Amino acid sequence: MARTRPSATGPAAAPAPDTGGRRLPRTLHPVAWWIWALALATAVSRTNNPLLLFLVLAVLGYVVTVRRTEAPWARGFVYYLYLALTVVTIRVAFRAVFATGMRPSDHYLFSLPHIPTPDWYAGIQLGGPVSLEALLSAATDGLRLACMLCCIGAANTLANPKRALRVLPGALYELGVAVTVSISVAPQLVQSVQRVARARRLRAGSRKGLRALRGIVVPVLEDALERSLRLAAAMDSRGYGRAGSATPRSRRLTGALMLLGMCGLCAGAYGLLDPSAPTLLGLPALAAGSLLCLGGLRLGGRRVTRTTYRPDPWRFADWAVASCGVLSAVLLFVNVGYDPAELNPFIERLSWPTLPIVPAAAILLAGAAGFLAPPPGPTTPHAVRRTEEAA
Amino acid sequence: MITFDQVSVVYDGADRPVLRDVNLSVDEGELCLVVGHTGVGKSTLLGAVNGLVPHFTGGTLYGSVTVDGRDTADHPPRELADVVGVVGQDPLDGFVTDTVEEELAYSMEQLAITPAVMRKRVEETLDLLGLADLRHRALHELSGGQQQRVAIGSVLTAHPRVLVLDEPTSALDPTAAEEVLAAVTRLVHDLGVTVLLAEHRLERVVQYADRVIHLPGDGLVVAGEPSEVFEASSIAPPIVELGRAAGWSPLPLSVRDARRAARPLRTALAGVTPAPVRPAPAAPGADLLTARGVTVAYRGVPAVREVDLGLRAGEVTALMGRNGSGKSSLLWTLQGSGPRTSGTVRVAPGGPGAAGPSKDGDPKKLPAAEARRLVGLVPQTPTDLLYLESVEQELDQADAESWGGSSSGAEGADGAGAPSARALLDRLAPGIDGATHPRDLSEGQKLALVLAIQLTAAPRVLLLDEPTRGLDYRAKTQLIAIVDELAGEGRSVVVSTHDVEFAARAADRVVVLAEGDIVADGPTAEVIVASPVFAPQVAKILSPLPYLTVSQVTSALPGNGEEDA
Repeated sequence: MARTRPSATGPAAAPAPDTGGRRLPRTLHPVAWWIWALALATAVSRTNNPLLLFLVLAVLGYVVTVRRTEAPWARGFVYYLYLALTVVTIRVAFRAVFATGMRPSDHYLFSLPHIPTPDWYAGIQLGGPVSLEALLSAATDGLRLACMLCCIGAANTLANPKRALRVLPGALYELGVAVTVSISVAPQLVQSVQRVARARRLRAGSRKGLRALRGIVVPVLEDALERSLRLAAAMDSRGYGRAGSATPRSRRLTGALMLLGMCGLCAGAYGLLDPSAPTLLGLPALAAGSLLCLGGLRLGGRRVTRTTYRPDPWRFADWAVASCGVLSAVLLFVNVGYDPAELNPFIERLSWPTLPIVPAAAILLAGAAGFLAPPPGPTTPHAVRRTEEAA
Repeated sequence: MITFDQVSVVYDGADRPVLRDVNLSVDEGELCLVVGHTGVGKSTLLGAVNGLVPHFTGGTLYGSVTVDGRDTADHPPRELADVVGVVGQDPLDGFVTDTVEEELAYSMEQLAITPAVMRKRVEETLDLLGLADLRHRALHELSGGQQQRVAIGSVLTAHPRVLVLDEPTSALDPTAAEEVLAAVTRLVHDLGVTVLLAEHRLERVVQYADRVIHLPGDGLVVAGEPSEVFEASSIAPPIVELGRAAGWSPLPLSVRDARRAARPLRTALAGVTPAPVRPAPAAPGADLLTARGVTVAYRGVPAVREVDLGLRAGEVTALMGRNGSGKSSLLWTLQGSGPRTSGTVRVAPGGPGAAGPSKDGDPKKLPAAEARRLVGLVPQTPTDLLYLESVEQELDQADAESWGGSSSGAEGADGAGAPSARALLDRLAPGIDGATHPRDLSEGQKLALVLAIQLTAAPRVLLLDEPTRGLDYRAKTQLIAIVDELAGEGRSVVVSTHDVEFAARAADRVVVLAEGDIVADGPTAEVIVASPVFAPQVAKILSPLPYLTVSQVTSALPGNGEEDA
């Protein structure tokens, strides 16, 4: 945090003396954070070595703490951690209930009452003895899923989700606006539900059942509808949806290109993943599909006449962050310099997993994003707390 | 700049036009004030300027509206965004992004202005409207006045030649409203922007207007010099009414001009003691509600701080103070529905025969149905209480809620003459059709409906949370009559309001809150006149004489008094 302090006092007046030109505080390009996080999630998918997984969590925690801003969306990482914990718990609990039986070598832990299932349902048992090995493997499985969740959480915490939507190609702009508006409407809806629910007491109306629900839902929905109409009017009068230079012909062409491109992408993905598919379906189809899609987006984007205010620059730091994420994923996939078995140690032997050096280094490399990224932009002087009068 | 040529507007399903044969032209750089009662078509007139009427609202527009040479028939609102900027009543409704800077840039992004120009214009606008310190702040964290300035800024960055403001200050407290209006007048004087402004509280803006467009209500439009239009207009701020009563010509429109013109009036009135605004109650009523040490805190931050307050029967109290000073919190906690951190509230029981609890009670500790028989509250958004399809159903529901619970209550209602909701509504606002959908009522009618619903429970203490918001002069006068009548029946009425003119005319007593403390509490005349900010226009013009309202002056004027006698 010490590094961000000089920036908070006034970046324009006094550029942090120890940082040099490229270390000026700024927010990293949202796409850089997303590439970094998704690459890390991909790396995580390769392993269920608990040591490596905990290392990933530590790296995420470090980067989020050092590089997040003060904005509301940046306070959400802890909720992803809770969610991750829930995932692990559910996974373990399910494994205990839907027991898969024990092998002679397993360590017996405890036993749940066995519920007999009909013959046609013989594949799944309910209850029965639970072994330590089963619970451990469930826990590491859950931990892997939890780590991937936390990667997404970190991306959402580090990059403003609304700014991330702004990098959508012009042709998809409307989609971005719809998402943005709905994100901002949600809290307003919660607020108006609270207000109406409180007002219900003034009329001493029934507080249970359908009647009460109606008493809350009707005013809230009416309110929301009126508000969205006013928003639509405001957006209309501010120039939203101005006609560009699109002709019906170019619009049809865009549609056709996109559709063909999507088909190509699907076929390509299928060809790559299914080893029995003809090789022609693999990379060539994927490449052709991507090209067609890009063409469609370019053409569709041309009809939109719009500019972006203060677009996020993509510079060295953005390259660095994105590539250190990608590099760590690559290192976990190439199987060079370590035994791939170490990534997925056998639970059955019930021994302490070993920490393979190269994958561990790869994950630590992803953690370098913490200091490769510039400190986040000037923190806003904290808002004067508004009293809750209006709430 | 703006030309209306033989414009008539008919909405689908309406039998008569909202606007009829309107011919109007507004020149460049004029500040044009649009005045009229609620529902006469002010918003339609303003909406027609940028084509929202009829492109967005539906309906048919005959004739032609031209703005800067573009006909709105061929240009939908989005194609006029670079010429006309529109700002609505509630700034939060129009925000598309979430920080100040991005909101300022939004229009320009739509207009495809180059990034370099955008950056420059955003900086200029931040300075012009004094928003530079707020540039990175989230929009919902700002105060109402700041939000409205951002809303104005966000249309200004597109450099429109015309600015249309539809009641931009109706949701703001007086200080925030001053802030916004000061910004608007600065735009007119510094940039030569043409401004079309609709506003209810004329006393704030009339002095800045170059021209007034008056909508008398029959669909026609009268436009002209402010002092000429106000000679005959049905709607007028106190300063104009005083000018008419005193026979000043030309009508002064600012306090400064009026004080100059009022010199002879002040000498004439010097020896006369003004009649009280409201007749003093024969005997001071008994305390109906006593609050001791009431504190309300939200997560440790006090909104109301150890307030002692007594409300007497037959008294109208105005609760004033800036936004966020704890007015609503205080009212809600007195009613018992809001949170209370500490302190006691004691409410005297209803009169003999009333169905409420028979001894002193704390509304917080009673069930909601009992609490509303002691204290009634009309919230800031009265429509929060309405959820049925017709006025009739709402009223029946109110009767059922108030008396249907117990059979003895129903008998009590007949015996004690507690009137039905319908009878109450007919008294408060006669002539509302029972089949009307509550959402179709005017603001004043909605208020009357909710008031009637709350009065069905026959509470002796009635709290109104900012009922004057969005009411025009006529509706306010009606509200004053209603409040008067309720107080006359021996109820105690509390009205929280920002409106000084309303408080001067309606209240016996004014309580001023600041940061949760009561900073002033006393008779209206003393509290209101003592502060230059809170003083109503008449007091400002006639000070040091202790007059508050125009009716006091007219009854004191020699000649008038004798005629009345």
